[in-house]
Amino acid sequence: MSVVRGYIVPGKPQPLLTPDAAPGYRKLADAFGMVREEIAASEADLIMIYSTKWLSVIGHQIQADPKPTWVHVDPEWHDLGEIPYSFVIDSEYAAAYEAAAKKRGLTARTVAYRGFPIDTGTITALKLLNPENRIPACVVSCNMYADRAETIVLGKAARDAAEQLGKKVIAVAVTQLSNRMVTEFIDPKTDRISSLKDDEWNRKVLEFLGNGRLEDVSQLARQFFREANADQRFKAIWWLAALMGQNNDYEGRVLAYEPIWGTGATVVSLNPMERGATNVEFDEDDVEVYRGDRNVLDR
Amino acid sequence: MSGRIVMGALAPHPPHLVYADNPKQNEPRAEGGWDVLRWGYEALRAKLKKKDYDVIIVHSPHWRTVVGHHFLGVPHFKSLSVDPIFPNLFRYHYDLKVDVPLAEAMCAEAAAQGLVTKMMRNEKFRVDYGTITACHMVNPDWDKPIVGVSANAAYDYFGNDVGDRQMIALGQAARRAVEKLGRRALVISSCSLSHRHFTTEPGVPEDMSYERIYNHNQYLWDMHVVKLLKTGKARELLDEMPDFIDQSVSEARAGSLTFLLSALGFPTQPAEVHAYGTVIGTGNAVVSWDMEAA
Repeated sequence: MSVVRGYIVPGKPQPLLTPDAAPGYRKLADAFGMVREEIAASEADLIMIYSTKWLSVIGHQIQADPKPTWVHVDPEWHDLGEIPYSFVIDSEYAAAYEAAAKKRGLTARTVAYRGFPIDTGTITALKLLNPENRIPACVVSCNMYADRAETIVLGKAARDAAEQLGKKVIAVAVTQLSNRMVTEFIDPKTDRISSLKDDEWNRKVLEFLGNGRLEDVSQLARQFFREANADQRFKAIWWLAALMGQNNDYEGRVLAYEPIWGTGATVVSLNPMERGATNVEFDEDDVEVYRGDRNVLDR
Repeated sequence: MSGRIVMGALAPHPPHLVYADNPKQNEPRAEGGWDVLRWGYEALRAKLKKKDYDVIIVHSPHWRTVVGHHFLGVPHFKSLSVDPIFPNLFRYHYDLKVDVPLAEAMCAEAAAQGLVTKMMRNEKFRVDYGTITACHMVNPDWDKPIVGVSANAAYDYFGNDVGDRQMIALGQAARRAVEKLGRRALVISSCSLSHRHFTTEPGVPEDMSYERIYNHNQYLWDMHVVKLLKTGKARELLDEMPDFIDQSVSEARAGSLTFLLSALGFPTQPAEVHAYGTVIGTGNAVVSWDMEAA
């Protein structure tokens, strides 16, 4: 098994920059801390991140700079302060991931440029989950036009590369659940999910995840997006489920679920294990090689 | 003291245009490309050389905010801007000044209009590439201060009509601030028209044999919008803006175009269209209004 653990974490910076501004932010920060300890105790040698905060247009971009270093300021939350970072990236894996993605029909490229703006979600996750850079990381972008098939193939390619190199991987999806922010300035202590409907749908998804039913959530992603304005169509879950093997064989734990400025923020742990909720429908198309848009309307 | 907006311009920001120009500030080198759009910018710059103005107000889709409209509020920024989407094309060393008093006045006027606003005071903030590209293309000497305004996501959160209402108020606030502070301002909208991209790039990005509009629908919408601008029908464009945004996946969804038209008072004078061209499938026009010729 190349993926030893999977996690879903939020991409907003409050748990890192202002964990004590609201009780919910503290709970999220503490949940990040629990994951940090799990990762440290694991035998993983790669943290692989898909971040909805890093958008791409030209296919899929994979971070390959061995040591990206900068001082980041979030475009929205600039008043919360700067985030200096210096990460260790597994360039060999990045190159293997690019090759695997291309082999599966995707457009992909590595990026390694001084000053490349690593996104807030990735920075928050790596600072909180791997603060000493003990485990090398890699990050892949969220293509704004990619559909389910393309994103699933992207997840499978990540797995191909891990198996090729014999890596033991921690898979991290950086994504909000519902993503409807409060559009005014609020006291963080009054933060709440911006609508009851979003909250209900978030809890529905978390119930599935708590039961380890990752593949079922993946297949519900389109509906969840429609109902709860999920972050970037909830693509991150397609990638995570594909990378982790497209099944429901996990011990799922919801370590925290709290609002961040109205959005649904969760920290979920998924531990692969032989058990559980496999007796469910797998009724969506399972794509192995991406062959581009199928242009069904032209036929 | 009474100032005015002396000129307005639609100044699209594909980083490809800076890349193709090979300025010393940008690290990658190109063999040209997107010439018609760059000639359009040349013509716009020639007009601006003859204008007496002292500040550039720029509204950029790539500084996206959800909680309010934000304004650059630090006097000087110097750093490296790397485009997260096209890092192979745009790694630009910028050194720019901000007209902070005007930014603060715009922020206050917008708040008085009922908009949620915020000044951006963090000195480590990296200015977005939409701001930098548009400002470089209209004023590569960087000898004028700017006021950078974020693109609030009201269109996404509430709908195109609500977004337009906010941008109309924001444009009016900009005009009042300019008048109160006695500035002679150039206002630019850093945005494309239709905005569906191709998701692949040729090996040589400036290989123009690959460049074309993404689809005919986008072209038709773009030409319709250009025609409205050329015939002084800014109000009619505002009426059609929600449909234009939805049907052509337009970057006007960021509000930059409505902000500009509002700041200019929805001009009835014909706009001067300097160029139209595509960049990886998106439609882009370089357009100006000389408000002193009105």
